[in-house]
Amino acid sequence: MTASKVGAAGKSDWLQGFTDALPILIAIIPFGALFGAVAVKSGLDIPTAVFASASIYAGASQFVMLDLLGQQVPVWSIILAVFAVNFRHVLYSASLSQHLERFSPMQKALSFFFLVDPQFATGEARAEKDKLTPAYYFGYAAPLYSTWIFVSWMGALFGGLIEDPAVYGIDFILPLYFMGLVMGFRQRRFFWPILGVSATVSMIAYFTLGNPWHIAAGGIAGMLLGAAMSKPPEAE
Amino acid sequence: MSNTVWIILACAAVTYLTRCGGHLIISQFGEIHHRLRAALAAVPTAVLTALVAPSFLTHGLAEGLAISAAALIALRFSIIISTFASLIILVGLRTIIG
Repeated sequence: MTASKVGAAGKSDWLQGFTDALPILIAIIPFGALFGAVAVKSGLDIPTAVFASASIYAGASQFVMLDLLGQQVPVWSIILAVFAVNFRHVLYSASLSQHLERFSPMQKALSFFFLVDPQFATGEARAEKDKLTPAYYFGYAAPLYSTWIFVSWMGALFGGLIEDPAVYGIDFILPLYFMGLVMGFRQRRFFWPILGVSATVSMIAYFTLGNPWHIAAGGIAGMLLGAAMSKPPEAE
Repeated sequence: MSNTVWIILACAAVTYLTRCGGHLIISQFGEIHHRLRAALAAVPTAVLTALVAPSFLTHGLAEGLAISAAALIALRFSIIISTFASLIILVGLRTIIG
């Protein structure tokens, strides 16, 4: 039993990661399909839309990129906005890096590519009660990543069939989606003050400095507020 | 179109940078100062709020109300339900108030 444990554990870890990913697929399928459809409606061709999902692999920021591509803003501001929206991943990788002692350098490098929100959550949860193995991590990543690409492709195929986006409100789906995303962070500390300050500064900047400065201005204002309100860990 | 491909590649590069960045920072410096940590934790809320805030005012009444609906629905339900429910509300409002 003990002699075959390593190999058997490796295999079952892979399978465990795979089955743990299945419920999450239901959650990401509509988003991937939506991304493909909106991408095609925004003027990307189908291969480019699929390429975006395969290379960026970060749902919210892919929508941000689409939104800004349609707004005739400078390229640097698109890249900066994507960087900002994905900035939370810095915290993910900082935390996850404590659990990667079983990963080779190449496996580490690859694991960070797949570090989407549910991947982080499951990685942390696994490390909490067991050792996080490459087999488990990539067993979870494989169905998630391949599903994301596949449904993006499907969405792009069928999105092209929608004649007039305004009829279904699809022209305005991104702000609605972003608003819902924002509310998902409401358990974080200082959520409401940050929301209020970022919204106010963003609107002022939009009407004074113009697009795309409102994103940076509102974002930095919220960050400064978070830093200013933060207290040292021992004081809590 | 190839211009778009380059933009996508750049977006992919900065995304990967954020995903290995924390690991690189930790292996270089150890702990992160609590104020920096709080600032980083504020980033998604702050940036997404800043992104969406002007569209609350710059479109019509139907759009403003639909964004409010999206926020309220997201308090109770998942993001996908919030998005599609507020989308239906938007389409309804547009046919009523134009």
